[in-house]
Amino acid sequence: MRNPGQDGLGIALAGLSAVVLFVALGMVFLYAPREATMGDVQRIFYFHVASAWVGFFAFFVTFLAGVGYLARGERQWDILALSSVEIGLAFITMTVVTGSLWARPVWGAYWTWEPRLTISAVQLLIYVAYGMLRAAIDGPQRKARFAAVYGIVAFVTVPLSWFAIRWWRTIHPDILTGGEGMAITSRMSHTLLVSLAAFTLLYANLLWQRVRLERAADALARLRARIETI
Amino acid sequence: MSNLPYLLSAYIVFWALTFVLVFSIWVRQRRLEREIAALQARLEEERG
Repeated sequence: MRNPGQDGLGIALAGLSAVVLFVALGMVFLYAPREATMGDVQRIFYFHVASAWVGFFAFFVTFLAGVGYLARGERQWDILALSSVEIGLAFITMTVVTGSLWARPVWGAYWTWEPRLTISAVQLLIYVAYGMLRAAIDGPQRKARFAAVYGIVAFVTVPLSWFAIRWWRTIHPDILTGGEGMAITSRMSHTLLVSLAAFTLLYANLLWQRVRLERAADALARLRARIETI
Repeated sequence: MSNLPYLLSAYIVFWALTFVLVFSIWVRQRRLEREIAALQARLEEERG
């Protein structure tokens, strides 16, 4: 069952992502300057944006894996899609919660039904429903086919969320493409880039582990089937 | 502007959710490995 080569790669990936994550954390608190208008609470920005990036990327991987499954019908694409949704959900939850904690002192409210936040809430519910859909469908191939189509369609929430602050009137700042709300210095940019790298590595590590888990579940199911035939 | 509780809460949420995710994957992996080992042992026994 265990593969020493894969175990070694998994440990190396986990170690690397932990190191880069702690470097990012150090930069957030020790390297990045204090923002003039918002003060220290603006330091939420680095992990908030990085977790949103990973959430969106995870849903993009699910979209690609859905296309892969429909084209090839191989279980490995279904495993990738399912694993990536679970991780994406955790990171979008982080984005919503850290965003609320940032909004309270800056906007005066934890939550407001403006376009970006509303789409984020809907996106969260849509991807929770992905898991419910899988649980409700019988037959592994039918389940995988429905989930692939759902994962492709659900991805529309990612570009919608990205463009929401550009298409509609919103109080959410457009920082990355040079909009209003916050002046980004070079030290802030460096910290954001390291945070994005750290979160991407963390995602790769979690995806690796989650895919292994699903493969182990498949191996267990095969063993049970063999024992039943004896 | 003293908003440190919000800043700390945001980073605590991040670490807590990361821990829950890693721990849940680890626990499920251990359980599956135990079950696989038990079934493999049973298969070996049945083969004699």
